[in-house]
This record gives sequence, structure tokens and C-alpha cells, in this order.
Amino acid sequence: MAVTFDGGVIIGSDSRATMGGEVVSSKTINKLVQVHQRIFCCMAGSLADAQAVLKTASFQLNLHSVQMEAPPRVIAAASLLRKLCYHNKDELQAGFITAGWDPQKGPQVYVVSLGGMLISQPFTIAGSGSTYIYGYTDAKYRPHMTREEGLQFVTNALALAMGRDNVSGGVAHLVVITEEGAEHVVIPGNKLPKFHDE
Amino acid sequence: MLEEQGPEWMSEEVKTGTTIIAVEFDGGVVLGSDSRVSAGASVVNRVMNKLSPLHDRIYCALSGSAADAQTIAETVNYQLDVHSMELGQDPLVCSAATLVKNISYQYKEELSAHLIVGGWDRRGGGQVYATLSGLLTRQPFALGGSGSSYVYGYLDAEYRAGAGRTDTQRLVVDTLSLAMSRDGSSGGVAYLVTIDGDGVEEKVFLGNELPTFYDQ
Repeated sequence: MAVTFDGGVIIGSDSRATMGGEVVSSKTINKLVQVHQRIFCCMAGSLADAQAVLKTASFQLNLHSVQMEAPPRVIAAASLLRKLCYHNKDELQAGFITAGWDPQKGPQVYVVSLGGMLISQPFTIAGSGSTYIYGYTDAKYRPHMTREEGLQFVTNALALAMGRDNVSGGVAHLVVITEEGAEHVVIPGNKLPKFHDE
Repeated sequence: MLEEQGPEWMSEEVKTGTTIIAVEFDGGVVLGSDSRVSAGASVVNRVMNKLSPLHDRIYCALSGSAADAQTIAETVNYQLDVHSMELGQDPLVCSAATLVKNISYQYKEELSAHLIVGGWDRRGGGQVYATLSGLLTRQPFALGGSGSSYVYGYLDAEYRAGAGRTDTQRLVVDTLSLAMSRDGSSGGVAYLVTIDGDGVEEKVFLGNELPTFYDQ
């Protein structure tokens, strides 16, 4: 998931990878990929497809940034992903959340869906565990949150999703992106907020 | 033409793709449901009350196939009447839930309905029982129906043990509203039934009376 707050964005994910929903093949995988200094992406769908697309998009983004002689805009990163997803929609099964900060528009969150639609949203959730927290995020999101409120929002949402979805779990990876740069926060499972039945 | 069958929805099974909730509070229970009944992509009834009485202070919430759910509710209503006459007093919520569970389990291959049972009795106060797939379990709150997936997180976060009557009613309405705004098979109005030692209160929240959230 990713959410904008006053002055930046926070992108977060769980850390569980499973094989066929039966075995946890990794408890601590990091699903947040840095494509530039202040732009991060997280993958959804087939991880293999997503990784391949991200590698290509990162390369193209760097080239674009060199040609423009300026750091890339967040929408540039999202557009490159969209282009790849749309023109190869028959072969690929990958979706992305792109979040970052640029001097032109500040904090932004973009979603590239499976077929290649690109939209901008104040916050977004994705993945199998996201179904369980649509209600929570709809109810609790406020525009112009502070950094601490944003962190609490993402941490709570991830903890709730991990509590109900059996293929989500492990630690919570969060990256806070602001004008100053990107800061990676890891919250281990036992430090996540607990809710009524735990 | 001989092949013409009429509109698609006339041959689709009627489901109460739905959101149903029951939450226990200090002294009673609140049951809530949406009001949409769909047959495929059509809404065939937009004001159905899915909260069905099983006895004076025991209600159930229906989800899944509309016909199956209604039949189970009617059957258990009859069985409870007989039981309470033999007993000479009001039945326990646990008894009602057990009767529902018996039918759900015995006919689990043929039926596709999930009923949540909630009520009040003198021995245990307010109680909520889930009977999914023929399992019987008592829980502080239970969710069901297609819309329930979207609000597990919200209810996990907001449920407080020992909350009061009005707070619980508000929690149920908020939860229903969130689910209805995300689930295509849930919508319409919100029905609420509050059951405690003093009796039963039924309330309806029309579309414009439902709470709205940041994007509405």
C-alpha cells in the first residue's frame, strides 16, 4: 500500500512469499523496490513478471533522467511501467504501486493495474490481503496527515491485513519518502499493533 | 424464436450476495444487514430485509443462496417453536444456533447458505454464533456474505469488548456502510436489529442516512 501525507509518501508492504499458499518460502522478502532516489515501487501479481518489468523500467528511467539532466518525475516512472504493462498485456500479469516525491508536484501515489491503466490516488492498497482492509482504509484515511499519523495508518492497515490473510505476514517494511530522501523502517512481527483478539 | 428465454436474470440463481454482521455488546446483540438481492448482474430486490426472526429474542442474518437461507430460517423457526413449547420457556440462543448448524452440516453439499445467529437469553446475555459450513462457534462478532471480506480489518480495529448499545449500533452501521460502498453485491438500505433483555428494536437506515467517508 502507499499513502500520501503532508510533505511526503509512505509505501509499505508485508514480507511473506508463499509457494502455492502452503509453504512460506520467505518470511522476510522485501517487496519494495527502489527505482530512483525518491521513487519506490511495489509489485503485485506474478513476481517474476513484475521483476522483469521493473528492471526494464528502471533502466529506461535512468536513461530518461540523464537525457533530461534532472531527477525523474514520479509520473515518469509510473508511465514507463504503464507502457510496458499495456503493450504487453497479453503476456504479462503484473501490477504496480509507484510512490515518490518530486519537486514539481510533491508527494504522489500512482497505480498501474494489470491491464495497464494508470491512475493517481491519494492512497491505494493492493494484493491479496488488501480486500480485508478496504473498509479500514476508507474509514481512517484523512487528507493532509502528519508523518506520524501516516506511519500509524500504514502500520495498522498492514497489521490488520496480515492478521486476516494467511498469505500475508512476517515483518512490515515501510519507506518514508520526502524532500530529504527515503527512509526505510522495518517493524518486526512482534512489534506490530495488536487488535482485540490477540 | 423458440430459443428465446427472456432476460438473463430470470434464469440465474437468486443470491443474497450480501453483507451481514452481528456484534455482541454489554447486555445484548446488534445484527445488521444490507438489502440487495442479485441474480447475476441484476438487482432483483433492493429492499430485502435479511434479518429474520427465529424466536422472540433470537434473530438470524441470511447470506448465500436466498432460497436456501430462507428455508433454513423457516425450518428452524418451526423447530424452535416446538422446542420452546416442550421446554415451557424461551429457548437459549445456543439452541437456535445448534438447530441451524444441524441443518447446515447435514445438508452441506446441497445447500449454500450461511446464517449468523444472534440473540439474548437469560443465561448467557447477548450472544453471537457463526454457523459457516456447519461449524458452530460463539464469537464476540461475526461477519458474513460477499461484502464481509472488505470490513474484517475495520471491525478488528474498532471492536471493543464491553462497549455500550449506541456505540455498537454505530459501529454496525459504519461497517455496513463501508462494505456496501466497496462490494458490488451489497447495497440499498441498512437494516439493524438490536436485541436485549427488554426486547427487540428494528431500525432502517436509508441510503442518504448512511455515514459517508472521505471520498463521498
